[in-house]
Amino acid sequence: MELFKLYLSLSAVLFFIGIYGFIARRNLIGVLMSVELIMVGIGMSFSVFNRFLFPDSMEGMFVSIFSIAISAAEAAIAIAIIINVYRNTKNIKTDEINKMKY
Amino acid sequence: MEITSNLISFGIVAIIMLVFGFLTVSATRMLRSAAYLMFVLIAAAVVYIFLNYHFLAMVQIAVYAGGILVLFVFSILLTSNIGERVETTPYKNRFIGGTAAASGLVLTLWVIWTSPFEVKESVYKEIDMAQIGTALMSTEKGGYMLAFEVISILLLACIIAGILIARKK
Repeated sequence: MELFKLYLSLSAVLFFIGIYGFIARRNLIGVLMSVELIMVGIGMSFSVFNRFLFPDSMEGMFVSIFSIAISAAEAAIAIAIIINVYRNTKNIKTDEINKMKY
Repeated sequence: MEITSNLISFGIVAIIMLVFGFLTVSATRMLRSAAYLMFVLIAAAVVYIFLNYHFLAMVQIAVYAGGILVLFVFSILLTSNIGERVETTPYKNRFIGGTAAASGLVLTLWVIWTSPFEVKESVYKEIDMAQIGTALMSTEKGGYMLAFEVISILLLACIIAGILIARKK
């Protein structure tokens, strides 16, 4: 029952809550928010491994920092695409966007 | 193990994070889902402070809770009416998603709790900002100059792509 394993379990539960939301959400922005939950779980897991197993190096923290930056870029692009889809089809439900362009 | 105040405060933050995380993926109104996500992100920053990664906690609050979340709120307001309820997914899809997530979670927790880890008992020293700065900018072993430059190119590409995709014709 060490604190290290509790931290890891917390990040694992957050990750799988994100996966459940990714599968079960029908709104595109809801899917995106579930992806952000997954990324939070991953960043926390890297930091916990760094702090408890290798306290003298900083690699895990840097992976978390870069993952935050990449996740920001990916969320921006995804939202731009969603706005474009909404402009063309007035609809952002994942099961009703099923027509290709032509 | 004994109940320290460390454990109690971690327990409070963990419960907050899990409750609001579950509310995020099951709320019927998207704006409420974004608000619950904000609590999850701030609780994650608190966990980073517990781990003595202060710079990472500040980056998390500034970028995630202050940048990405505002972007989400903008997009929610642009693509739906306020107070409009999202339709709930049919029970079959939610059951499949729940089964997949639960089985993955059980497997991961089993691996975590039965693997031997050698936890180093270290003094929780705070990482100096000068150390972070030199590591980010150095080109020797343990330096992240290449990753830094690659991320700058990635962000530039995403800015240009975002403008191109979302402009008005």
